[in-house]
Amino acid sequence: MKIFMFIIFTGLLTENFVLAKFLGICPFLGVSKKLNTAMGMSAAVIFVMVLSTAVTYPINEKLLVKYNMEYLQTIVFILVIAALVQLVETVLKKYMKPLYNALGIYLPLITTNCAVLGVVFLNLEKNFTYTQSLVNSFGAGVGFMLAMFMFAGVRERMESCDIPKGLQGLPITLISASLTSVSFLGFGGIAERLFK
Amino acid sequence: MAEKKTLRQEFTKGFLIENPVLRLVLGTCPTLAISTSVTGSVGMGISASLVLIGSNVVISLLRKVIPDKVRIPAYVIIIASFVSIVQMLVKAFAPAIDEQLGIYLPLIVVNCIILGRAEAFAGKNSVLASAIDGIGMGIGFTAAIVGMSIIREFLGSGSLAGMPILPASIPPMTIFILPPGGFFVYGVMMALANKLSEKKGLPKAELKGCEHCPMNDACAVRPLKEEEEAKGKKGGKAS
Repeated sequence: MKIFMFIIFTGLLTENFVLAKFLGICPFLGVSKKLNTAMGMSAAVIFVMVLSTAVTYPINEKLLVKYNMEYLQTIVFILVIAALVQLVETVLKKYMKPLYNALGIYLPLITTNCAVLGVVFLNLEKNFTYTQSLVNSFGAGVGFMLAMFMFAGVRERMESCDIPKGLQGLPITLISASLTSVSFLGFGGIAERLFK
Repeated sequence: MAEKKTLRQEFTKGFLIENPVLRLVLGTCPTLAISTSVTGSVGMGISASLVLIGSNVVISLLRKVIPDKVRIPAYVIIIASFVSIVQMLVKAFAPAIDEQLGIYLPLIVVNCIILGRAEAFAGKNSVLASAIDGIGMGIGFTAAIVGMSIIREFLGSGSLAGMPILPASIPPMTIFILPPGGFFVYGVMMALANKLSEKKGLPKAELKGCEHCPMNDACAVRPLKEEEEAKGKKGGKAS
């Protein structure tokens, strides 16, 4: 149990996907302007992350590693994730209309999101077991949501600020992302003390 | 003569006017993550450029064969194949770089610059033009990421490409090689690039929600965005 707490805590705070690992920066900067869009996007990210880990892990273990074909990982993973997302979209559309209305529109966008492919590779890199990988994917997704949520708040406040002309637009967004990231830096080292 | 000039323009536009990192705001993830050290950045720049040139050429060759409906999956497979090739090459000939790049090397697959160029350029233009576009964009990306890494490594660890520059009596500002420093340096560089392009009369780099995204045409979020825009005109979008 302790190890799961540790994995979730790291994914959420110390190794936050967006603010510490720089994965999923495009949606982070692009979609975080509106709170409800940010939330829908993050929920879809969590969903796809867990799902693609659940599918790619056995494929890697039972197929690629077994037959010494690890060099195909990149191609296989991206194809499997893309096909999976399409499939899930179709199934949701047909059988679970409310869930589709909430998440469906974000799904195709996420296929080429580096956070999803990133979490799959990170699980492999860290040699997690199947359950640990699933927990890590969930934690990373929730971390993404947390960062989006916080940053949407920061940006809403910024709308009413008097920003120097040269910094208006993207530069100030990046600099405020930097400050948000400082707050996550403060959690460094806590997870190891708490759960190990 | 006229054609030669356009080819030259295709080549140089990636340097500043359409610099993928500073002007088009693409490929931000590897730029922020890898620019902590100059050697890693050079490795990243070269790997991504090789993938970009290769996929641009192949996609341009196949542009009349690939049906329009399945072009994005087809592009992704071509790009993934080139990434695998580059991955194997880097693992074999530069294991130290491979270690530094870690998961960001396979993640070149989802680098928006590459899919963006495939969608915006290689799918519509001749092989020669696409190759030149790939080289130019590759140089632009490499220049931006290496430039950023020079600033970050110098300030953050007092060295360049691993060689110590500052004497040990001056403590380095470690925050610059930590994540916040990445966002900060990127923001400042973006402000400078905006200033420079303003002098040349070019529009500011802006992340307009989805419009900058190479997947825009194929993406399903768009109807939602349009609906949102119709509901309430946002003030920040004046330009």
